[in-house]
Amino acid sequence: MGAFVPLRSLWLDLGLWSGLMSIQSHGGPANMKTINKNLVIPVFTSILLALGSTSSHSQEPIRIAFMDPLSGSFASVGTSGLKIMQFSADYLFNSKGGILGGRMIEIVPLDNRQSPTETQLQFRRAVSEGIQIIFQGNSSAVANTLSTTIRRHNRRNPSQEVLQINYSAVDPILTEDECSFWHFRFDAHAVMKLETLTDFIAMNDDIKSMYIIGQDYSFGHVISETSIDMLEAKRPDIEIVGNEFHPIGQVKDFTPYVTKIVASGADAVITGNYGADMVSLARSIIDSGLRIPIYTFYAAYDGITATLGADAKDLVHLIHNEISNPVPTEQRKEFIRAFKAKNPDNDVTQPRITNALSMVVAAMEKSQSTDPYDIALALEDMRFTTLSGEEVWMRGSDHQIFQSLHISVHTDDEVEFDADNSGFGLHSKYHVPLEETIRDSSCRMRRPAR
Amino acid sequence: MLEIFIFATLNGIVTGLLLFMLASGLTLIFSMMGILNFAHASLYMLGAYFAYSVSIRLGFWSGLIIAPIIVGVLGALVERYGLRQVHKSGPVAELVFTFGLAFLIEEAIQFFWGRDTKNYQQPEILDFALFTLFGQEFSAYRGFMIFISVAIFIGLYYTLTKSRIGIIIQAAITHPHTVANLGHNVPLIFMCVFGAGSALAGLAGVIAGPVLTTFPGMSAVLGSIVFVIIVIGGLGSLAGAFIASLMIGLLQSYAIASNVGMPDLLNLLGISFERSHPLNDLWTITLPQIAPILPFLLLVLVLVFRPSGLLGKRE
Repeated sequence: MGAFVPLRSLWLDLGLWSGLMSIQSHGGPANMKTINKNLVIPVFTSILLALGSTSSHSQEPIRIAFMDPLSGSFASVGTSGLKIMQFSADYLFNSKGGILGGRMIEIVPLDNRQSPTETQLQFRRAVSEGIQIIFQGNSSAVANTLSTTIRRHNRRNPSQEVLQINYSAVDPILTEDECSFWHFRFDAHAVMKLETLTDFIAMNDDIKSMYIIGQDYSFGHVISETSIDMLEAKRPDIEIVGNEFHPIGQVKDFTPYVTKIVASGADAVITGNYGADMVSLARSIIDSGLRIPIYTFYAAYDGITATLGADAKDLVHLIHNEISNPVPTEQRKEFIRAFKAKNPDNDVTQPRITNALSMVVAAMEKSQSTDPYDIALALEDMRFTTLSGEEVWMRGSDHQIFQSLHISVHTDDEVEFDADNSGFGLHSKYHVPLEETIRDSSCRMRRPAR
Repeated sequence: MLEIFIFATLNGIVTGLLLFMLASGLTLIFSMMGILNFAHASLYMLGAYFAYSVSIRLGFWSGLIIAPIIVGVLGALVERYGLRQVHKSGPVAELVFTFGLAFLIEEAIQFFWGRDTKNYQQPEILDFALFTLFGQEFSAYRGFMIFISVAIFIGLYYTLTKSRIGIIIQAAITHPHTVANLGHNVPLIFMCVFGAGSALAGLAGVIAGPVLTTFPGMSAVLGSIVFVIIVIGGLGSLAGAFIASLMIGLLQSYAIASNVGMPDLLNLLGISFERSHPLNDLWTITLPQIAPILPFLLLVLVLVFRPSGLLGKRE
């Protein structure tokens, strides 16, 4: 909070001066005495307000940064996340009188263009504005940068720490070798998801060969290496006929890649692609006349479902948390309807954002504090019931969340809540309970001394 | 192997011809007015979005005609009321102007159409396989893309070399004052060329939108590569742009289709490295992985060994 003091006093000065100037110009120098009298009260109140910031502080909004790409190639993912974040804050907390005895949540969007360099700049900005909680999800490379930056910042600036809420970056390393006390992940990591996905693939005896294609960075490599290892263990008869990387967000046309997939004779494809890379890849596969299942992480919403349309029915599979269609509880249904009423062109694409925000708020309420250290302690080993009526668990030792995982298929059958208003959506058909998703972690967390 | 080669060639030609439609307008504008139009790829994106909006109301074919016209008229207006005013302040101002325009168009698109991927689909009449080779379909729409691009190339080439207007344009490129003295309206010619170049970019967007997906990043993906093409082909050379486009299209396509990489090279040389080697990433790199970077490598080579480009006349 220290950073606020000079700012506030500056404002006070400016306010005083402009007040003085305007009164002077209206009344003229002859009325100086009366002016001074009139000024005494406002001056004192403002000084009191400035000094007594601790008392007025309790009604100040709690500012949370949402740092994700809001422009550029991956803007659609970032902006749809931001809408969910803002709606969750308003619908669940602000409209019900706020949290911690009446304080509102204010979401501050920060555009990092999904670039690690820009992330550093935006982080500085967040710090200079006194923001202590940062939500970030897109790109594990960015999440890793942010985590390193925050660790260093927090070590050097005790009492001004920042907490990283990772709602979507799924490189396992973030809760394993590179785990940090200041980082919490609210999505199952790639290896957990792949464990479930490969179990599901292993059950399909028609699949004899697999093609793996992904973006050429840490996340894509984790997907490729892990799925090869797991398929080897679970179905040694499945042949890996392709293992391809392409630059992220740079490919104009995936047809040349699809040519190789067709030539390889693959029975199925695994990809971790998202955004434009996902939709172009899937479209190219479908356009080439290939009718094979595609196992994905992010092939829905933000225009993707509508673009895939009827051609991809029953072919595109997704692994994700939070069951979609049939939506399990009336509570979540109401949430989705209210969101749609406010944002008719968007969908609740990432319920985990709502879960993450709710859990952070629960941690604030539990510790009666907005200090990142207190929030972190309260989050550790928290068990929380989501809008879907499911109890999720934030493991204390590595700050990884555990909840049931689901595999859904792109279809228009039995889809109550569709995506992109296209009639198509996700129908969950395979479920794995929380207990079976738990994996050991190599995390050896260095906890700050307090 | 043969099947991959055939399809890689076809894919390369489709991409190459698409790139040519963009590069032709850009190189024409450059040769005439000496302006490197940074907003060219944004006009391409604008074409795709206009066509999307028209197609959901009037169908794909109306979009194919209306969208390039709108983009062309917009381009002409930009030249008339923007560039011509800025021209007085010199070439740097023009460059900065088009640079700013690119941002403006991109933001405007996101403002009006949103940031989602748009469901812009190809017409149903072309939604079939033109032929099936080795179990892989070549869609009729891609055939259509080839047809349109080739038609544009022939039309453009004919207009510029054979028709009267083409002769005036060519004359205006080298001797604008003489052409003006002969009673031709040179500023009008400039405006028309800029408009036509913009319309070509718009048309490229219209036909690329359904296959390359219509989203706010589509200009960024193509923008830099178009500049690579006109530099490699030689600034201001239409034929050079044509050759360079096909070259880059095929180069990328073959690179992706190939399966060779550093490991093969090292095997050939009989060298091997541990997985823990600090440069492991370099030793395991494959050609498909770096395919999209190859054009830029080619650009560097061309600039070093033949700065005027393949068919360019000026340094």
